Amino acid sequence: MSIDTKTAGRVAKLARIKVEEVDLPALAQEFTNILGFIEQLNEVVVEGVEPMISVTPQRLYRRDDAVTDGDQQAAVLANAPDAREGFFAVPMVVE
Amino acid sequence: MSDLMKLTLAGARDALRAGETTAVELTEASLVAVAASKPLNAFVHDTSEIARSQAKAADARIQAGDAPDMCGLPIGMKDLFCTKGVATQAASAILDGFKPEYESTVSQKLFDAGAVMVGKLNMDEFAMGSSNETSVYGNAVNPWKVDERDLTPGGSSGGSAAAVAAETCLAATGTDTGGSIRQPAAFTGITGIKPTYGRCSRWGIVAFASSLDQAGPITKDVRDAAIMLEAMCGFDAKDSTSMNLPVPNFEAALTGDIRGKTIGIPKEYRVDGMPDVLETLWSEGRQMLRDAGAIVKDISLPHTKYALPAYYVIAPAEASSNLARYDGVRFGHRAKLENGDGITEMYEKTRAEGFGAEVQRRVMVGTYVLSAGFYDAYYNRARRVRALIKKDFDDVFATGVDAILTPSTPSAAFGLGEMANADPVQMYLFDVFTVTVNLAGLPGISVPAGLDLKGLPLGLQLIGRPWEEGDLLNTAFALENALGFNAKPTQWWQ
Repeated sequence: MSIDTKTAGRVAKLARIKVEEVDLPALAQEFTNILGFIEQLNEVVVEGVEPMISVTPQRLYRRDDAVTDGDQQAAVLANAPDAREGFFAVPMVVE
Repeated sequence: MSDLMKLTLAGARDALRAGETTAVELTEASLVAVAASKPLNAFVHDTSEIARSQAKAADARIQAGDAPDMCGLPIGMKDLFCTKGVATQAASAILDGFKPEYESTVSQKLFDAGAVMVGKLNMDEFAMGSSNETSVYGNAVNPWKVDERDLTPGGSSGGSAAAVAAETCLAATGTDTGGSIRQPAAFTGITGIKPTYGRCSRWGIVAFASSLDQAGPITKDVRDAAIMLEAMCGFDAKDSTSMNLPVPNFEAALTGDIRGKTIGIPKEYRVDGMPDVLETLWSEGRQMLRDAGAIVKDISLPHTKYALPAYYVIAPAEASSNLARYDGVRFGHRAKLENGDGITEMYEKTRAEGFGAEVQRRVMVGTYVLSAGFYDAYYNRARRVRALIKKDFDDVFATGVDAILTPSTPSAAFGLGEMANADPVQMYLFDVFTVTVNLAGLPGISVPAGLDLKGLPLGLQLIGRPWEEGDLLNTAFALENALGFNAKPTQWWQ
């Protein structure tokens, strides 16, 4: 399958990565190459095969539904690029 | 360089217990070797102060007679492991300045066992790469050198492999999502094991592809791999995929007796363009295991060819989800914004500035294969193929095969920059023999087997049954004894 620049732009948008207009054709070409490689998978007969969810036959470990952690506001905010008054600060979200 | 750095973990442990050296001496020798290894660019964050204080504490424990195997032994830590208060960047600009407020379970276990961390190690950005060329810190360099070229130490745990092969520390942590422990170990003439998925806790390890990622040690030999792996393993309530099984004494499993074991040789691992010398080493390995009393038989893993394409759907899909957290809000880099930029511009600019080209590529491929309309065609199909790849192994093990012998990589290390203009898919092919093991969740180990015609190391891989790392290590130990590989790089970087 060939990926066009419009699709490449849409994928970049969905991934929230800014890609300049001039770089889209090269990106589209890379996607085309990688997806071409992936398309070998179409040769495999997969009818009746369940998609793998867990590689080990194991139910995910579950702990008791109890509060085990908390009161770590300072630690949680310690690495924030912008933290104010106990909150993460971001540009305006709603006009 | 001090002779202390020539020791193995086991040798240093025994010397410490016999009072022939101290953890402080070992650590100082390691720090000198680390400082002298700048041209290799293996170490990226200095933790010498922590190392010195850990060494003192280790000496006190040794004197008190309370010393686990790893106590007082200087090791390097891959930059993917969150280390409390110490820069942890996963070799990415997007985590610039990040200092975790917590310790990964694996590094904590090693510290609890008395290990000394002499530095954080270079790697491919977010562990996405096979050559350590996607790192924000620049390339790590292979200590092996046969001409004027600098060679790749492999990836993603390239700094770990370079540091251990150069004898700057006695061992190092690595992680392996598609071969990132075994391939660099093979490229640098040392040993690396990826345990069964669920053996090591993933808690506190920066996530790449959660259903494939496993931690493991990179060491000088198989005995050291057994010792260090045991210290890293174990159930952890903080990782819901960690398995609640007792951790055996892996070193005690190393008897070297493999009489009656069945070793499978998969015909699908004979690929076009494989160097003759690798083919020869592989067949010598078969003969050595046979001479040691094992039964060697041909097997088939029919879906092998589809492992790489399945991997390059599943790993990017999981990565695109895992890396969504790097948004410039809670940690790491945030782009400088223009007047009027809103939160979407902040995300997009931050991620464009913070992620390197390969990471961006994989996040976007992952986004694409998970997007509406393609989820079934790509992602679900890849997960079905993964189930078939695992079934190939299950079927072979059901016939009584104990371990599978393959080459670790299709060739020896290549020159840094030589793949710069190649299609990304060409680079992906270096994982062709290792990636099946991650998809099937199995343990795999690479041991150094010999040198190619230019004098560069090549590895052989053994793949074991799930949860049978002890048995796998023992087979690797028997193979190592028979191979007798003891070549080391000349220390050109000093």
